[in-house]
Amino acid sequence: MTAKYAYYPGCSLHSTGSEYDVSFRAVCKKLGISIDEIKGWICCGTSPAHSSSKLLSLALPFENLCLAEAMGLKDVVAPCASCFARLKTAAYEAKEDPKIAEQISEALDKPLPKGMNVVSPLEIFCNRPDISKAPTTPLPGLKVACYYGCLLTRPSKIMQFDECEYPMAMDTILRDMGITTLDWSYKTECCGGALAMTRTDVVIKLTHDILEEAKAVGANAIAVACPLCHVNLDTRQEEVEAEYGVKYDLPVFYFTELMALALGVRADELGLQKHFVSTETLLSGV
Amino acid sequence: MTESTTATISQSGLAEAVFEESGQNVNLCYQCMKCAAGCPISYAMDYKPAQLIHALRLGMDDLVLNSKTMWLCAACETCTTRCPQEVDVAKVMDAVKIIAVRRGIKPAIREVGCFNRAALANIKKMGRMYEVGMIVGLKMRTLALFKDMKLGMKMFMKGKLKLLPSFTGARRTWRIFQRVKTIEKKD
Ligand code: SF4
Ligand code: SF4
Repeated sequence: MTAKYAYYPGCSLHSTGSEYDVSFRAVCKKLGISIDEIKGWICCGTSPAHSSSKLLSLALPFENLCLAEAMGLKDVVAPCASCFARLKTAAYEAKEDPKIAEQISEALDKPLPKGMNVVSPLEIFCNRPDISKAPTTPLPGLKVACYYGCLLTRPSKIMQFDECEYPMAMDTILRDMGITTLDWSYKTECCGGALAMTRTDVVIKLTHDILEEAKAVGANAIAVACPLCHVNLDTRQEEVEAEYGVKYDLPVFYFTELMALALGVRADELGLQKHFVSTETLLSGV
Repeated sequence: MTESTTATISQSGLAEAVFEESGQNVNLCYQCMKCAAGCPISYAMDYKPAQLIHALRLGMDDLVLNSKTMWLCAACETCTTRCPQEVDVAKVMDAVKIIAVRRGIKPAIREVGCFNRAALANIKKMGRMYEVGMIVGLKMRTLALFKDMKLGMKMFMKGKLKLLPSFTGARRTWRIFQRVKTIEKKD
């Protein structure tokens, strides 16, 4: 069975997190997973919307589910953890509360599609039994701490994704790809994503704690599944180092970049040069 | 499972408004402190999440509405996930922010209020978030003109920031914003 997924990239994957978009597409191509970008998608509204209006925060994501249904697709894949959470929350709230469903429908001026299924790429790859046969390029030197962040698994009632305090989906996939991943206790700690542009001091502290713990368990790389986590851990790593007088040099990969490398995609096709923390030394050693 | 007895809402006007806004009954809280213990930001808050919930129950409305707590909340959902009484604490945080703004109370963390407004204005106009435009909007509001300047330049050089905005879905998005406003007024 070859299911086709409506692909919702969200704003970040078209800008600061474009490497996630590129690597996700590359992995889907390699594994024969068919994805079709939702035409005319709009922003999910993210934190500013749910902090300001419940209805707006549900209507914006739902517009995208409507667009997906208009393409004849029921399964929607959203790689950004924040978009994933917003789309999933919208579908959940509309199902639970007929009154809010009615209001969303009124706000969008159209009937709401039913039975829409929102998934993360982790769920797609995790459920493919053939995946461990796919890797072609060994990456033996890597010791990866998989960082899931907040919104993939929380709140568990809505997300229904993996074990909420200690998820394993990303670890399982990367291990199937022949990559070593480590046990560590900061898998689902928060990096302060929503405060990135306003209270940088908080973000620097939380990011420091995560980097510190990853280093302490012996990781030489971190894998993420969220463009906001990537900005904080990669882009701000130098600031954290300066603030705390430490040196981490921990490359931060989207887990799809590691998958793509293991599947034989060349590093220069993945836009790894866009990362702030260089991946070159680490990858040349493997 | 928690049996929610929605009839027994406290006297506090704000707790009731929070219930109206979010469906969350803060009287279910038995002060176990799990939300406070797990909150990554509680160190920076003036009242820890459990304290804010308790203040709501006690009817200390002014204290709650002027608190920094909900403005610092990163919506990480740890509290919501761990509460044994199934109080959706993160939803309470959102509800208190929404009510505070509705009542004309200035956010105790000014930049966060500015950020929310700048981001929404950007989405409303563009349909999709246009980072460069949003950052300019944020700087105009906070007047922190040079904050993250170096970082922004480096992101730009690395090709991480989009130069030109996309207007895909802009009109549709604008209309959704308008209709939401009308529906909320009606309510
Ligand atoms: S976790 Fe729930 S019951 Fe415990 S203090 Fe927080 S809100 Fe109250
Ligand atoms: S959602 Fe907000 S209050 Fe709850 S744990 Fe996270 S930061 Fe703290």
